[in-house]
Amino acid sequence: MCAPILIQQATSPETITIGVADTSGKIFPRLNSGESVRFVQLNGTPSADSPIDNDSIDGYLVITSDIITKESAERVDLILNATSNIQFEKELAEQINDAIETERLLEYNINDLSAILDNVKSDVSVNIMRFDSDDHGSMPTEISAVIGIVMSMLLYFFLLLYGIQVMQSIVEEKSSRVLEIIVSSVKPTQLLTGKIIGIGLVAVTQILIWAVCLLILSMVVMPTILPADMMTDVHAMQTGAQLADTADIELVTAIATITKPTFIMQMFFWLIIFLIGGFLLYSSLFAAVGSAVDNIQDASQLQTIIIVPIIIAMFASMSVANAPNSTLVSWMSMIPFTSPMVMMARLPFGIPVWQTALSAVILYASISGAIWCAAKIYRVGIFMYGKKPDIREIIRWISYK
Amino acid sequence: MNILEISNVSKSYNGHKALSDISLNIPEGSVYGLLGPNGAGKTTLLRIINHITAPDSGTVTFNGHTLNADDVNDIGYLPEERGLYKKMKVGEQALFFARLKGLSKAEATRRLQEWFSRFGITDWWGKKVEELSKGMAQKVQFIVTVLHQPRLLIFDEPFSGFDPINANLLKEEILRLRDAGSTVIFSTHNMESVEKVCDHITLINRSHNILTGSVADIRNEAGKGRLSISFRGPDNGLIQALTPLAEQDSMHRFETSCPDVTRLRLKMQPGIKISQIIDTANRLVEIESFNRDLPSMDEIFIDAVNRNNLPEIPSLEMQSTRSTSI
Repeated sequence: MCAPILIQQATSPETITIGVADTSGKIFPRLNSGESVRFVQLNGTPSADSPIDNDSIDGYLVITSDIITKESAERVDLILNATSNIQFEKELAEQINDAIETERLLEYNINDLSAILDNVKSDVSVNIMRFDSDDHGSMPTEISAVIGIVMSMLLYFFLLLYGIQVMQSIVEEKSSRVLEIIVSSVKPTQLLTGKIIGIGLVAVTQILIWAVCLLILSMVVMPTILPADMMTDVHAMQTGAQLADTADIELVTAIATITKPTFIMQMFFWLIIFLIGGFLLYSSLFAAVGSAVDNIQDASQLQTIIIVPIIIAMFASMSVANAPNSTLVSWMSMIPFTSPMVMMARLPFGIPVWQTALSAVILYASISGAIWCAAKIYRVGIFMYGKKPDIREIIRWISYK
Repeated sequence: MNILEISNVSKSYNGHKALSDISLNIPEGSVYGLLGPNGAGKTTLLRIINHITAPDSGTVTFNGHTLNADDVNDIGYLPEERGLYKKMKVGEQALFFARLKGLSKAEATRRLQEWFSRFGITDWWGKKVEELSKGMAQKVQFIVTVLHQPRLLIFDEPFSGFDPINANLLKEEILRLRDAGSTVIFSTHNMESVEKVCDHITLINRSHNILTGSVADIRNEAGKGRLSISFRGPDNGLIQALTPLAEQDSMHRFETSCPDVTRLRLKMQPGIKISQIIDTANRLVEIESFNRDLPSMDEIFIDAVNRNNLPEIPSLEMQSTRSTSI
């Protein structure tokens, strides 16, 4: 679970040192060296004829003297010896723009300009209140997005992991021929049902363990590690009481929301509903593939057909944050193959309960169809050895007696 | 009384006829051989008996009632293609299969310990199946098949993968189970073992039942008029003298391990008496031994299958082969 954080830290960009040849003389003093970039002044302008001989800099920036007076869109040239990155380019452009804007304002010769600028500076954060719920404050969109993506990632992970486990277990039984012995004791459909239920319960147990851990974390661990005054605010927000004056309202909101036991239980309730539904749907498809092939190598091609919708759902879930109620994601959260993941991604944005419920009903209705087809394919497939069937032939098996 | 009666059973897969109109009765307490070339439909028939697949038409009566799903607890099936879970331990796995057949855990453990000690394999209990050799795994599978003391035991190629000592051990166990009251269906290509253990057989070829009966009757019927004479003396004269008494092309001459002893095998023409053959031979040579020649199940199998396959060959093709051979 902490892998993304570790990766984030390990890949935080190294500092790039930039030499600045500033002929205007006004920009360099306003450039601030930061974590990702450090500025040093260069004397004279390097060019192709006289390249920089300074090893300590990674590149140089050429600022012409007319940069402040120019009316059209300006461009500054950065000649770089190192690999650039998005964060660095963004910060550099921001700093240069800020410097130019400040210089241009100064040209107007306004008295007490810096005081005025300090005075007008504003830092507003939007606190969303919904009128269809009695919650004190709805979750900030960023947090909704993160929670949604984490939950749909969980589903992605579980559907693939446990779905493929069902498939592998069938292929193993078939290729080791242990199946022949088992089907003389139990019916093939009983065997398939038992296998899916068994592996499904493993998945549910796993999720429940996580839910319990998170509840303990929110109720016991969080209060002890957070500063006391912040905890007071968190409690105040959870109970709807008046907040004490606090510096970091966003953080308090976030902690208040995600550590609220009712919220955690609500999310996990739907997570388990969609996990079971998605698992039943996908594991029956994986079971059909597993029963049709003789060994795990042959399965790879057929299983792609199943994995594609899961991956599409994953991408759709990531785009949910941009427009949680767009037509595309609304439909995808209703269509059974993508609905578990996309619906979980939309859920934290506070969509109407009827939509979530409808999506679950559609999902569970289509499961019965999928299991029926899978059982038919399974019954025929487990006795088919030798040639690898194509998808058309597998579909034909459904109609066998 | 018949424990299993199969009447007019047919089954086809995807346009291919696996069984057509098969009927056979298996008497209780017998060892019944189910024979046939590869792909004849034996496995399909065994699957129908095991309630794994259902016949398209025809009926299967087990122990006086129509075969139903509960009857599988009275049947033990050792399939030809068999395996075990490789990662599971031998004892755990045997228990699992026993409990699938409805035994209680305590009862299954007790019986398993008994069988394991009978086969001298008690130290395998905690081993993983992947550590066992093929023959060792087969022993475990055999135990699993018979553990729930089914009334009907079905063995499909039980001896494959066994050395002669273990094959013999297995054969004796099968006969012991029969003596204890079980009925055994035995499907194999090993005709020698059929002669040794089977009371009745059915031979299936190309989805049809082409030969049914008790092993003794079938061999007697096929061996009617067949004689074998070993003798000292000139064989040319005897062969000439016997030719008119024997059926066309039925006489074969064999060398024996004794250099001056020759053996002749022939089939008498209908109406010829054994005494005529003995008189003729006595006049010409010194008879070493004289006996009826019972054909082996091997010969009967090959002969029956070949005769059954013959009419299927297009006549045009046969004529052309004949004309080239002349």
